[in-house]
Amino acid sequence: MTAGNGRRVGSPYAPHTDADEEAMLDAVGVDSAEDLFDIPDEVRFDGEFGVDSADEQELRNAMADLFSRNEELTEFLGRGHHAHYVPALVDDLSRRSEFLTSYTQYQPEIAQGFLQVLFEYQSMLVELTGLPVANCSMYDAATALAEAALLANRLRRGASGHRVLVPEHLHEGRLGVLENYLDGAAMEIGEYPMTDGAVDVDALADLVDDETVMVYAETPTVRGVIEERLADIGDLAHDNDALFCLGSDLVALALLEEPASVGADVVVGEAGALGLGTAYGMGLGIFATREEYLRQVPGRLVGVSEDSADMRAFTLTLQTREQHIRKERATSNICTNQAWVALRTAMHMAWLGPDRLVDLAERAVTDARDLAARLDELSGVKAPLYDRHHFREFVVRTDQPAPAITNDLAGRGFAVHALTDHHLQVCITDANADAADGLVAAFEEVI
Amino acid sequence: MNFDQARFSRDDEYEPLLSEKDSTTVEVDSEGVLPDDLTRDELTLPALSEPQLARHYTRLSQMNYSVELGPYPLGSCTMKYNPSFTEDVAADPNAGVHPDRSDRTIQGTLGLLHGLQEYLADIGGMDAVTLQPPAGAAGEFTGILVAKAYHESRGDDRSEIIIPSSAHGTNFASAAMAGYDVVELPSDDDGRVDMEALDAAVSEETAALMLTNPNTLGLFERDIVDIAELVHDAGGLLYYDGANLNALLGRARPGDMGFDIMHYNVHKTFATPHGGGGPGAGPVGVVDELAEFLPSPMVRETAAGYEQYEPESSIGKVHGFAGNWLVLVKAYAYIARLGDAGLADASAKAVLNANYLASQIDLEVPYGPFHHEFAATSGERDAADVAKRMLDYGVHPPTTKWPELVSQAMLTEPTEVEDKASLDDLAHAFNAAYADSDEALETAPSKTSARRIDQVSAARNPRLSWRALGDDE
Repeated sequence: MTAGNGRRVGSPYAPHTDADEEAMLDAVGVDSAEDLFDIPDEVRFDGEFGVDSADEQELRNAMADLFSRNEELTEFLGRGHHAHYVPALVDDLSRRSEFLTSYTQYQPEIAQGFLQVLFEYQSMLVELTGLPVANCSMYDAATALAEAALLANRLRRGASGHRVLVPEHLHEGRLGVLENYLDGAAMEIGEYPMTDGAVDVDALADLVDDETVMVYAETPTVRGVIEERLADIGDLAHDNDALFCLGSDLVALALLEEPASVGADVVVGEAGALGLGTAYGMGLGIFATREEYLRQVPGRLVGVSEDSADMRAFTLTLQTREQHIRKERATSNICTNQAWVALRTAMHMAWLGPDRLVDLAERAVTDARDLAARLDELSGVKAPLYDRHHFREFVVRTDQPAPAITNDLAGRGFAVHALTDHHLQVCITDANADAADGLVAAFEEVI
Repeated sequence: MNFDQARFSRDDEYEPLLSEKDSTTVEVDSEGVLPDDLTRDELTLPALSEPQLARHYTRLSQMNYSVELGPYPLGSCTMKYNPSFTEDVAADPNAGVHPDRSDRTIQGTLGLLHGLQEYLADIGGMDAVTLQPPAGAAGEFTGILVAKAYHESRGDDRSEIIIPSSAHGTNFASAAMAGYDVVELPSDDDGRVDMEALDAAVSEETAALMLTNPNTLGLFERDIVDIAELVHDAGGLLYYDGANLNALLGRARPGDMGFDIMHYNVHKTFATPHGGGGPGAGPVGVVDELAEFLPSPMVRETAAGYEQYEPESSIGKVHGFAGNWLVLVKAYAYIARLGDAGLADASAKAVLNANYLASQIDLEVPYGPFHHEFAATSGERDAADVAKRMLDYGVHPPTTKWPELVSQAMLTEPTEVEDKASLDDLAHAFNAAYADSDEALETAPSKTSARRIDQVSAARNPRLSWRALGDDE
């Protein structure tokens, strides 16, 4: 199809020449591709969407203009979406089209490369969590948490109740997703209180009972607090035949207590903190668990087998758990997941190696501590609000209204989150640490 | 076409695992950072240099097939070419903002989201669209939650979702996750919805009928208007599974057919890369009456600029934040690049390609007229074996043994991006494999990095991490 000016007006990605198109129509026995559409007239659409085709260069310029309308602020934002410096190797190799433009590995013989990367991703999660089974991704931390709750419920079908206990400080997105996933399973959510930013274990002990199928706790919490009594929380869950689900992220897992050692039955959380960068909340959900729950795991699993030449080979496995085989009795409806993000995260972890990964995690503690101490020196500011150890982020109490402070900081080039009228949350990683001096100076000006 | 996939191997392994190249245990001694009882004792991971990693991943990439290497005609998967420029657009540093930013500082991001909401609404004939669901199945789940919220808002307690037996497995699973009983609907002799069976299935318990159109055989549901009337008269809603939307662009819209809710698979129809299994995105469109139930936040345009808002009776969240942002950017770029003419041409060429390919293969195609995909049958030959043999010809085979309505099905969707020569190669692979000896089929493939893989032993003895390999090797 060409317009009067000779420019192609069809899809630039449909490569047919006029001659080929003619030959193909002949072979099919129709005059026009339009003759192949078997659509009743009453539902034919003859309107327009009103979108003009654009050439690539024009469009790239237009989209660069559009994105330039985002103000260039240095972000000290976290709350479940964290960015660390992503090495060039990750961008470079993850964009190889063999990885990027492949499909789910339904034909494993021709997809060994991606399967091995996913197997290595699962293996690294096993090292970090101490749990023997990790799937090759959930959409994000919120959906991973919700899937964990559904798994717990399946294991406790005979329980007298179906309640999941979650911390008072929980990201609104995680709580919201959890509510939606639990609704269809007739489950309910109970909230347990926190004291000085960490789990109030005594209060939790009063709430957990035989109607509880899962107790969820996070370290670090959504407010950056490192939980100190994880093993006690795990014991409370287990004493009541409930699962203990621990939320964390890959960087934190490299430093903090190993989940298996505190009794975690399922580990969920966000893995996109490595490999993805700031992506408006897009993520990568961690899901790891014990061997005995293997048949209840949601999502894809890559396992090892042998090929007919007796060589070790990788394949998707235990697919009878999944929707394309088990339909309404599947462990989850998940099909397309976040495989390519898992590939990027695996590359980033491999690039760091154990030493630098632990260093990065230690910096998340020390940089946050140092920044909080500097802010605490300013008058009318208390940082951190909680007398706890923190990871990456912390809450700041300000005498002046927090929303006004964030506005003024934005005017000086910094984005900080206003949690409540007099509380801010500040997050520091290697991606923004070089701007910490500027943030402190700006803070001093605006309060 | 001759084909040999790259194969790096030594002894009884292909490329060694990272852990076989190095395994380093570091003691975590964080004195001065955290008290000892709050940290782990040690961490074991590979410690490799960048050149070693570059070689590792490049080798692995060469042991992986992709749409940039050749045709990938998986039925219902729409594996079309992913334009390179969309990657660059998504990598724009200004596009990478945090979701806690205030609306007024991210007008570019919100502008794109608003623009995509509008594009998709127009393309689907819907009134409002959420971009939050991170995949097609998540879109289904979202759409069913919206239907549930709608019925509940009217004090109408319904318990069933009707789904044709030929539908995608996710439909059944999504309906069940939302707490519904699934009523499975048989197909009629023509491969379409059996109207009598539908009439019998529809009742005051019907919350919705989930339908793919064209269906998974590539057939347009000609009775769609009657189907919609039947379901609506019983107070149910009509849900459109967008997996096959690539057949209809610019020619028919789900909204005009009577659908109330739909999801779009942007990693199918709108050419965002599938990434070996995601990330995708599954935006959901609805008619006006259901817009108040959509997830929060949505984006709207006001005199002061774009702003996020919570719909009045929102179901809440289906993703922790705003979904798979990078994927949405690429979908927007694709739609804007093609425009009306390009989108309509994409569907025309997708349908032409499927019909041409079917005309060139020796396998029977029992149902038609089909659109962008067709279900061939390998008859007496095992479809899975034929598929394995096709790999040796340097093409990816179709989806096999699904839908079950066709025995030994090979569900084939070439998409619009293949030219005639490529389709001829594909037809040759079909025909040569189909005609090959039983022995050749059973021992295939031989040109791929790995030979035929034993699925049974993988499942019987699950080894899911390199630690597990240490136990028995």
